[in-house]
Amino acid sequence: MALLQISEPGQSPQPHQRKNAVGIDLGTTNSLVATVRSGSEVILPDEQGRDLLPSVVHYESEGVSCVGHEAAEHNSSDPLNTLSSVKRLLGRGVTDIKTLGDSLPYEFTSEEGGMPKIKTVHGAVSPIQVSSEILRKLAERAELTLGGMLDGAVITVPAYFDDAQRQATKDAATLAGIKVLRLLNEPTAAAIAYGLDAEEFDNESQQRTIAVYDLGGGTFDISILRLSKGVFEVLATGGDSALGGDDFDHAIANWLRTELDLGETLDVYEQRVLLEVAKSAKEELSQNDQVELDILDTALVLTRDNLHQLIDDLIDQTLTACKRSMRDANIEANSIHEVVLVGGSTRMPRVAEKVSDLFGLKPKCTIDPDLVVAMGAAKQADVLVGNNATEDMLLLDVIPLSLGIETMGGLTEKIIHRNTNIPVAKAQEFTTFKDGQTAMSIHVVQGERELVSNCRSLAHFELRGIPPMVAGSAKIQVSYQVDADGLLNVSARELSSGVESRVEVKPSYGLDDNEITQMLQDSFSHARDDMRLRALREQQVEADRMLEDLRAAIDKDGQSLLDESELQCLQVALEELKQLRDNSDDHRQLAAQIEVVGKTSEEFAARRMDASIKQALAGLSLDDALK
Amino acid sequence: MNNSKNFFEIFSLAVAWEVDIEQLDIKFRALQKALHPDRYANKNDFEKRLAVQTAATINQAYETIKNPLSRAQYLLELVDLDASQETHITSDGQFLMDQMLLREALSEIRGSENAREALVSLSIEAQQTAAKIQSEFASQYQQKAFNKAFESLAKMQFAIKFIDDINELEAELEDL
Repeated sequence: MALLQISEPGQSPQPHQRKNAVGIDLGTTNSLVATVRSGSEVILPDEQGRDLLPSVVHYESEGVSCVGHEAAEHNSSDPLNTLSSVKRLLGRGVTDIKTLGDSLPYEFTSEEGGMPKIKTVHGAVSPIQVSSEILRKLAERAELTLGGMLDGAVITVPAYFDDAQRQATKDAATLAGIKVLRLLNEPTAAAIAYGLDAEEFDNESQQRTIAVYDLGGGTFDISILRLSKGVFEVLATGGDSALGGDDFDHAIANWLRTELDLGETLDVYEQRVLLEVAKSAKEELSQNDQVELDILDTALVLTRDNLHQLIDDLIDQTLTACKRSMRDANIEANSIHEVVLVGGSTRMPRVAEKVSDLFGLKPKCTIDPDLVVAMGAAKQADVLVGNNATEDMLLLDVIPLSLGIETMGGLTEKIIHRNTNIPVAKAQEFTTFKDGQTAMSIHVVQGERELVSNCRSLAHFELRGIPPMVAGSAKIQVSYQVDADGLLNVSARELSSGVESRVEVKPSYGLDDNEITQMLQDSFSHARDDMRLRALREQQVEADRMLEDLRAAIDKDGQSLLDESELQCLQVALEELKQLRDNSDDHRQLAAQIEVVGKTSEEFAARRMDASIKQALAGLSLDDALK
Repeated sequence: MNNSKNFFEIFSLAVAWEVDIEQLDIKFRALQKALHPDRYANKNDFEKRLAVQTAATINQAYETIKNPLSRAQYLLELVDLDASQETHITSDGQFLMDQMLLREALSEIRGSENAREALVSLSIEAQQTAAKIQSEFASQYQQKAFNKAFESLAKMQFAIKFIDDINELEAELEDL
């Protein structure tokens, strides 16, 4: 066998390259991309130096004509083909969209139970496709600025997004060709950006409690976090994934409609005009006490007091959610050390004032509330991709809404409660209620209400092949697993007979894997070589990562955790991988060897993990002894 | 992670009713710092999966120990008394009678005039009851009187469900 080079500890055979990692804030109104440069987070602007990318996509008959600022210019002239605020539709079903009412002036194709699509001159497009166009645009901007392919991105989502909304966001990223390192909750991202863990903590037991109030264009989140040395621990989160600055605009637009005697039915053009006027009036009232409007030859005055009457109820809804989250976290308002404001809508003085009253604290907003989320995401991306080995930061997040299953009588049985730490795995046993029953229908739901009909339906599936038994003697174990992105996986199996059936489910409002593959292939079909090259490059990156990682692991733990033959096996597999990496241009061959190395190193990985558990606690007892 | 470890062993804690929550918190965070999937984001799929499973187990262990009711339940599971079924009922007639009276008091509060004050005093009473049951459980468990402890656990389930209901009504009154 070939002899292996063993590198000096700390000196990897290939010089450690900085990886291109970004944080993306995919917002309702605006989106941003940020990265870490020389240790601090920076927003990546476009060529004109603009930070924000309006979350707007304009379609013409051949397809997407433009994204962002240019697209927004078509807002009034071509409203039906200019799609904005699409985040409000992500991961939603046809019935949800009906409840959003006329706030979204588009025409939808409505297949019952399926994913709604928006009609455009280009044909029907899904909210996932529209979002992927925005993400693609941001990724292009980043690749251009950073000078190379992205190694990964952290994409932020409202903390209160349910599973379907999260899955849809991830699908949009996959469709845009972005490797998602993590979905990160927006308020958590903001907390990271503020670096509220800084040097204030000198030992493990010191801690602070903060609240992050995040009111964006279309979503509201509140998160209560406990910060201790290097750890951001979310205690509770709450909110409303359909409440934001857009709703303030609608409230003002409705007022305008009444004042102007415009009646109930407006066409989409008139609606857009009213909304634009409402929006700028709202923004102006953040600076001035009143604003004069000249619309359809009528002069109107909107004062701050008027505005407050229009929006106070909406703000109060957010405060109610804050109280509920404090209750969930078992924390009183007066034990919160700091309140942070995030999201463009917190620029409204009325919002800041009411938040301040509730918590009895002057809120902190030293970082631009539009930029802060992307900056936090960039920091997390930098850590996850491995650029920052010394960073000690860790996020512990929770699931925002309970996950349950439908039981007899249309009731929900909760399997994982809201505000449970993730990742989490829970299983529950059910049984058959008829003699000889061979199938069981499983309905996965999310929400707090008792009736299934009031919860969000995530997936239906059937467990088949249950051996016929007397009613009540089958043991069906349903397992829910939520990963660190907050994404759910459900499986079910029959235990008592030893026969196992297993079903993996994905939410019904996302795309299935085949659809994503198909769409990706479509977008690459005119450039097959391009695709092959990209696939090869991806496998090479993976091979490099694996070689570097395992060599370092062997240097560190190879002697102590592996016996001689195990070590030899692993080294042979690694050497083969190295050969293929350097000489093969077949991405499938390379992928196969990556898998071989992966399998060969599984036991080693498991032992290393056990060792790090021991070490984590051993480190502590030493500290305690020193105290 | 080694699956034969019980939840207490994961944190190197003695299997006992008394737990130093501050120590538990510190150990929990130290373990997550070493094992959270974020620490394995750059590894291969097998290691990522392993990290998700391990972190999930640590989360479950942490929540089980931190919450007094689930801790009591788990302690008895470790001595083969399964109390995970909610149908487990105490046979202490006096206790059941007291609980019925308390429940009646709670249902009368809804819609009464000084509901919030009444709720506060009922809440204090319920907390005291729960604390008393917990200390009974503690000494029974300590003396290895597991069947008696099992009985206390059933009472604890009642008492804590009652506190939950009080909290729910309180939230309702605050219009949350």
